[in-house]
Amino acid sequence: MADHAKTHAPLDEHVAHHFTDAEQQRESSKLGMWVFLLTEVLFFGGLFCAYAIYRSWYPEMFHAAHKALDVKLGFINTLVLISSSVTMALAIRSMQLGNKRQTMYHLFATLIFAATFLVIKYFEYSHKFHLGQLPGKYYTYTGIEGSNPHVFFSIYFVMTGLHGLHVIGGMIAIIIMLVKTSRDRFNALYYNPIEVTGLYWHLVDLIWIFLFPLLYLVS
Amino acid sequence: MEPTIPQTHYLNSPKGLKSWLFTLDHKRIGIMYFAAIMFFFFFAGLLAIILRTELLNPGRDLMDAEAYNRFFTLHGAIMIFLFIIPSIPAALGNFLLPLMIGAKDVAFPRLNLASWYVFVGGAIFGIYSLISGGADTGWTFYTPYSTSTTSSVSSMLLAAFILGFSSIFTGLNFIVTIHKLRAPGQTWFKLPLMVWALYATALIQVLATPVLAITLVLLLLERTMGIGIFDPAMGGDPVLYQHFFWFYSHPAVYIMILPGMGIISELISHMSHRKIFGYNAIAYSSFGIALVSFLVWGHHMFTSGQSELAAVIFSFLTFFVGIPSGVKVFNWVMTLYKGSISLATPMLYALSFLVLFTIGGLTGIFLGALSVDIHVHDTYFVVAHFHYVMMGGTVMALLGGIHFWWPKMFGKRYNEFWAATSAIIIFIGFNMTFFTQFILGAQGMPRRYYTYIDQYQSLHVFSTYGAWVLGLGFLIMAIYFIHSLIKGKPAGNNPWGAIGFEWETASPPPTENFVTQPVVTHGPYDYDKVLIPREMPTRSEKVAR
Amino acid sequence: MTNQTSHAHHHITPLKIYLGIGGTLLVFTVITVLVAGFDFGPANILIALLIAGFKATLVAFFFMHLWYDNKLFFVIFASSLAFLAIFIGLTMYDTERRAELDPIKEHPIEAQAAMYKNRPAVTGGAAASHGEATAAPVDTNAAPGH
Repeated sequence: MADHAKTHAPLDEHVAHHFTDAEQQRESSKLGMWVFLLTEVLFFGGLFCAYAIYRSWYPEMFHAAHKALDVKLGFINTLVLISSSVTMALAIRSMQLGNKRQTMYHLFATLIFAATFLVIKYFEYSHKFHLGQLPGKYYTYTGIEGSNPHVFFSIYFVMTGLHGLHVIGGMIAIIIMLVKTSRDRFNALYYNPIEVTGLYWHLVDLIWIFLFPLLYLVS
Repeated sequence: MEPTIPQTHYLNSPKGLKSWLFTLDHKRIGIMYFAAIMFFFFFAGLLAIILRTELLNPGRDLMDAEAYNRFFTLHGAIMIFLFIIPSIPAALGNFLLPLMIGAKDVAFPRLNLASWYVFVGGAIFGIYSLISGGADTGWTFYTPYSTSTTSSVSSMLLAAFILGFSSIFTGLNFIVTIHKLRAPGQTWFKLPLMVWALYATALIQVLATPVLAITLVLLLLERTMGIGIFDPAMGGDPVLYQHFFWFYSHPAVYIMILPGMGIISELISHMSHRKIFGYNAIAYSSFGIALVSFLVWGHHMFTSGQSELAAVIFSFLTFFVGIPSGVKVFNWVMTLYKGSISLATPMLYALSFLVLFTIGGLTGIFLGALSVDIHVHDTYFVVAHFHYVMMGGTVMALLGGIHFWWPKMFGKRYNEFWAATSAIIIFIGFNMTFFTQFILGAQGMPRRYYTYIDQYQSLHVFSTYGAWVLGLGFLIMAIYFIHSLIKGKPAGNNPWGAIGFEWETASPPPTENFVTQPVVTHGPYDYDKVLIPREMPTRSEKVAR
Repeated sequence: MTNQTSHAHHHITPLKIYLGIGGTLLVFTVITVLVAGFDFGPANILIALLIAGFKATLVAFFFMHLWYDNKLFFVIFASSLAFLAIFIGLTMYDTERRAELDPIKEHPIEAQAAMYKNRPAVTGGAAASHGEATAAPVDTNAAPGH
């Protein structure tokens, strides 16, 4: 690095007292986030396990019940989330290149995609609420054959609901990153928090990549 | 030279309640955890003594069946979630880990403080559940009873859910700390075995606890909305709940015992001034236990209607846990051989551990054997088994660890005579209480009943007397520890003459642990190369003089 | 442990790769929907999971930088999947084989939960009668293409 002395100062002020240098801190926070993502995988894993077992116990019911979900909306939402992942990755890249303005554009785009996802989800939910396709004992719909169709909707709502909460959490993190970027808290050498937020956001996308075919495309 | 306590150390600088409540210092957070878990230990221990007293006679003495159900649920839930899981990692481990690896703090000090507050938050929900009548399901919350009972199960579930996060935070913090903050020269195989044990524990914490979290979420939804996953009346499957629950809770018993094993590795080597025998074997066996712990959960469900084939496989896999545990026990015993053994209080607890854990472990093999388990399932044999492992194992290790590091934590000595006396009383009381229960269980006394048929009475009475003896031992301990805090003599930096970074700094350590960054120059147990004299002479040495 | 003097070189992924991966992910999303229209029997779920797995791998390797980063992160991620596989695998080993000695254990206790007892029976498809107040005429919302 040519202007090492110059870039060193803004970097070191971000290093907490118990780390020896910025690289150690950066690697630590990434490692911490990966371990956190591991817990997230196992958290959702429990739901995937319940899904697999009930699908195998009631294949006909799952097939009948999944028709109540709107593939078109699910498909659009998948595209939206994938796009948000692309913009998130680009936001980090822009900050690596020291381009604050572009970073903010990309973060903002990510936020818009995330909001779009939630709006579409809201319409899906309210349609099902209207029809009585609700989880558990609140299930009042009568149009689906097979044993215990309410179980499908329980699994659907718990899975997408928890995923939705994670989207909201991610949005809050992205807003914080946006504010911090606008206040010049990051630079080409110190962009660690955005990077870690990105990791989390990609996992939210990753989970949806599995939820979409499992819930909407049962065949 | 008489040792003195340094002018400023982590306990007194800065001063004031606020500096404690907002502290990011791992040592202070460790002490705060320590205070919290000790409170819950004494509370739940008191419940145990009340339970035992009820069992003095068949029929109703102090309480009826319903109250008894609530009392044992509370005893179990508090002991498991509020005491034993956070006990060694979050209290002692928090204090020791950065010291042992020569770091200034854990990797994420704020997360560390957050974990304590989350712990307190969870505890408040637990206490709320207690005030609003208490849960009566047992700490396992089995469906369908837990979805149909009207007792305050939901708040207890929330408490366990929140406490899980505290456990995850600690585990995550430890993993990153051990990976990234080791002192220069401290390679993985120069780490104290306690650190290996904490690492393996942290792995289980982050891998298993999220599954508990989702299980409790689903159970809460089952109670509120009848989602039909665990509740048979709604089309769910109660055995599935047991799979979910034990996928966490079986590894969780290794969250409880592994750090205890770490402490014992330290105590045995340092208290006998002998290089640990089979360092690599002990280190790897911690990982072996962590891995195998995820493959055996079905042995809790032998009689609950799971597939017979699965039961056979789980039974077979269960036996493998015995191998790494055995490896550890044999290595500890080999370490003692020809060591310069000091029989001070920490060593008394370490020896208690060796005896009691071995009994607990071996009876675990009986219980893991499918055909035997069908006979003794849900009897006092099981109760005795897990008390031998949990109390005879983990609690003995914790007590040994507290006595060993007490001089470091507070810079003061405790009364050795009373400490040794209480250790012996606890050992005797423990065996009176729980060995009896092996016999009761083999004779068919089922667990979780407030009454029994007359023929069991003499054994029950003996067991209850044992519980009282145990209570006396802990009472003595509380008194001499409080006395030590107020009037204890300065302990000196290294009273045991032990090797390790934590003994190279002052007692109590300064806020950032070390004045200069320590560097590793020898192995963690190289008593064949370095020998540091003991400042706190042992009884045998005193006699020799 | 770490080198104190020089800052490690941070990998900057070329723009082309990000856009290429993003495009591939979109294409495979379309493919998975199209494929779901055909019936391959029991292989259906396998195909759906393979495509999802491929997409997830791309996200993890390139967007999450596993391809370039510390291999430890890969180990952590892989082990989360391995332990999830243990969980699902051993649990399903029970749930799939419960009936081998005792056929009564094949399904959960209530094949139809008690709450359905007071409801009109489903006569299948579009002809279902009205249930409770909220139930609108059925099947108006069925997904296209099935």
